Amino acid sequence: MPEDFDFDHAIDIAWCPGCGNFNILKALKNTLAELGVSRRTLVFVSGIGQAAKTPQYIRTSYFNGLHGRSLPAATAIKAANPSLTVIAESGDGCTYGEGGNHFIHTIRRNPDITNIVHNNMVYGLTKGQASPTSRRGFLTPVQITGVQLEPFNPLALAIALNASFVARAYSNDVEKTQEILARAIRHKGYALVDIFQPCVSFNRVNTHQWYKNHTAYLDQTHDPADREAAFKLSLMTDPFLLGIFSINRENPPFEETLAAYKDDKRPLFQRNVNMDAIANLLKSFTA
Amino acid sequence: MQTGQPTDISILLSGEAGQGLQTLERLMLGVFKRSGWYVHSYSEFMSRIRGGNNSTALRIASSPVDACRERIDICVPFSASALDRFVKRITPQTLILGDSEIIPGRYQEQGLAVVNVPLIQMAKDAGGAITLNMIVLGVLSGFLGVDLELVMTQMGLSLSGTDTERQARNIAAATKGHAAGVVLREQKPGALPALAHSETLSRALLVNGIDAVGLGGLAGGCNFVSSYPMSPSTGLLVFFARQAQAFGVVVEQAEDEISAVNMALGAWYAGGRALVTTSGGGFALMVEGLSLAGAIESPLVIHIGQRPGPATGLPTRTEQADLEHALYSGHGEFPRAILAPGTMQEGCTLARHAFELADTYQIPVIMLTDQGYLESNHLVQGLEIGAAPVVNHLIETDAGYRRYALTDDGVSPRGIPGYGAGIVCADSDEHDEGGYITEDMDVRRAMVEKRLRKLRGLANAAIPPTLVGKLPCTYLIVGWGSTFHVVKEALEALGNIDITFLHYAQIYPLHAQTAGMLLQARKRMIIEGNATGQFKRLIKMHTGLDFDAQFLKFDGMPFMLEEVIARLEDFVKESAHA
Repeated sequence: MPEDFDFDHAIDIAWCPGCGNFNILKALKNTLAELGVSRRTLVFVSGIGQAAKTPQYIRTSYFNGLHGRSLPAATAIKAANPSLTVIAESGDGCTYGEGGNHFIHTIRRNPDITNIVHNNMVYGLTKGQASPTSRRGFLTPVQITGVQLEPFNPLALAIALNASFVARAYSNDVEKTQEILARAIRHKGYALVDIFQPCVSFNRVNTHQWYKNHTAYLDQTHDPADREAAFKLSLMTDPFLLGIFSINRENPPFEETLAAYKDDKRPLFQRNVNMDAIANLLKSFTA
Repeated sequence: MQTGQPTDISILLSGEAGQGLQTLERLMLGVFKRSGWYVHSYSEFMSRIRGGNNSTALRIASSPVDACRERIDICVPFSASALDRFVKRITPQTLILGDSEIIPGRYQEQGLAVVNVPLIQMAKDAGGAITLNMIVLGVLSGFLGVDLELVMTQMGLSLSGTDTERQARNIAAATKGHAAGVVLREQKPGALPALAHSETLSRALLVNGIDAVGLGGLAGGCNFVSSYPMSPSTGLLVFFARQAQAFGVVVEQAEDEISAVNMALGAWYAGGRALVTTSGGGFALMVEGLSLAGAIESPLVIHIGQRPGPATGLPTRTEQADLEHALYSGHGEFPRAILAPGTMQEGCTLARHAFELADTYQIPVIMLTDQGYLESNHLVQGLEIGAAPVVNHLIETDAGYRRYALTDDGVSPRGIPGYGAGIVCADSDEHDEGGYITEDMDVRRAMVEKRLRKLRGLANAAIPPTLVGKLPCTYLIVGWGSTFHVVKEALEALGNIDITFLHYAQIYPLHAQTAGMLLQARKRMIIEGNATGQFKRLIKMHTGLDFDAQFLKFDGMPFMLEEVIARLEDFVKESAHA
């Protein structure tokens, strides 16, 4: 029996009507139910922003921490208890802007977590400033002559760092998004799913219609084990490609490399302090 | 100043980074302990890997010595510039034991006691400049009358990991040095005080502050350490890395301090017991995370090894100037506790206590040490780690579990995901009892009050200050953290004066008896390693009581015994005239 991730009472969702987040929430709940993930062993971790509110609307455990800092917390949660399913979910500003350094090093560290990034190419919660993924020329109340910075390419960066799993989805294609999410959650290792979504309030350029015209799914023949091909495909911007770009099964998940689990597989909370071992260690200070 | 025959010998080794002073320090501590003497050492070094000038000061005594002193009885220069920084501390009574080839002629011309030992040539003969530290080990051991056999035993233990060729070279060098030392001892009878040997030191421990805090952390159940390297706190990260497998500690070098503190909070959330170790600058980066710990009511143990700021300051030196940084950092209002050990035992006890306090009250606990504390080596008879098992405050959740349930003492039963039928929701936004975001003003008020209610219990649990001497008294010295030993030894040297020392190992919440104790002294002086009297200010804020005098030091070096004695004498004199 798949668990029910819905609340037994009405909840007040803080998103604008028509926001792409609703579809992502739907796809995510369906995926979790389909995978038979238990609410009791699932943890969402998020930062701050509209996307980061998603865990509030799923009946499960969550750690809603600081802006930009979801990945270190998610890494540690998985490391403290490897039996948990850990999903870090936040927006493009949180993950790629404020949390950019963590994004880089989490890919390198490769914890067995799923990283869902809502990418609407704009800052929603702070009302319409540029995000790292905003396209050049995008007009905002701050970037009044248009964005001048090179847009951040999370997929190319992740593939360059030999990330374990790299994919992109589009929120309004719920079915395909579910397929990608299911593969990402099942994947052992760090899995990035960048999800394009329209922001109906602050992005009048990258609308649903725009995404329809400027995205296409990867060709069925693409082999995700072919990293060079994946990198090349990740550089394409018209259309932006959707699907699973790259899978690398060579690097072990972070928590499996830890000395703490070498002799003892139990999660940290089930362990007791070995006072005798400390007493023995003390003796090593006599010489 | 003290008169009469000294009861300890103070040795200063001075040389360049890369000349093997640290290896020599470790070996000498072991050799002299083995021969039944109490030892203490402190190394100060420049923030560089090669060259410059570093020094190690060792004290050897027939009774416990735990503080640094200015007096140098034997000074061994390893390089031509090695004496330059110490001219103020070298007196005609100091034996400058070294190679006249590298000791500038002006020292001899000034009438200083230069004893020529051809260390450089001896090293060359023994296999090159790399053996210089082993030559010195031999010379000093021989000069102090230590049997060569003890030196060899210690070398066998300490250098067992190195290759056999190198071991043979080291042994040859130390043997050669020892022979020269024995000759020197015969040539200079009475040059050194005869120190009684103690038979009871074989089971004593040689530890520094890092060891003490690390061992206490293990006893407190620390099983997760995430940190970014920063002097002088890195030693603790290394300590746990070395124990990671044996004690099941997740140890990770984070990409920055922001990551480190957020990892630590994630670990606590999932049932780990996490520590971060850093210094003032790294802690500055962690401050938003500190505030998050306050909001989500997470336990957190933060070790700050203080060094002089502001900004990068003096990276490898010592100071006690981050008290207010630790106390006032973090946006918003939330409870915290701050501990500052002075002795090795306190480092161990407080590190363990930090975990228990953090877990009991679900608050951040900050341990404030400093470079002087962390990198001074002490000989202690033992370290009490406590026998009782660590209290684990986690509960198994039920289906209706609410992480922030309102309670009388402000502490909600703490559940973790994956243990019980409930779900555990932690939110940095203001939240309701279930952990869900809210902007309801009544809930906001209730949550603020709930969090702050913990302060009552915390204040009641404050560790009382340690009294050295009695109350009431004429003169009271108040200090905190690493000043303990130097003030205590200074008081012993002062003898008959009615002077008492009050040492604080818990800075915050300040113990409730503080005002009552301070009022039992006619005159009060504060001693602390900063320029503005931060602890003095804290005490004044909490008690309304001020101090009659202060001794503040902020040049990057620890307090020295002689300067503390002199300042205390002045304080007594000034007070008598007032």
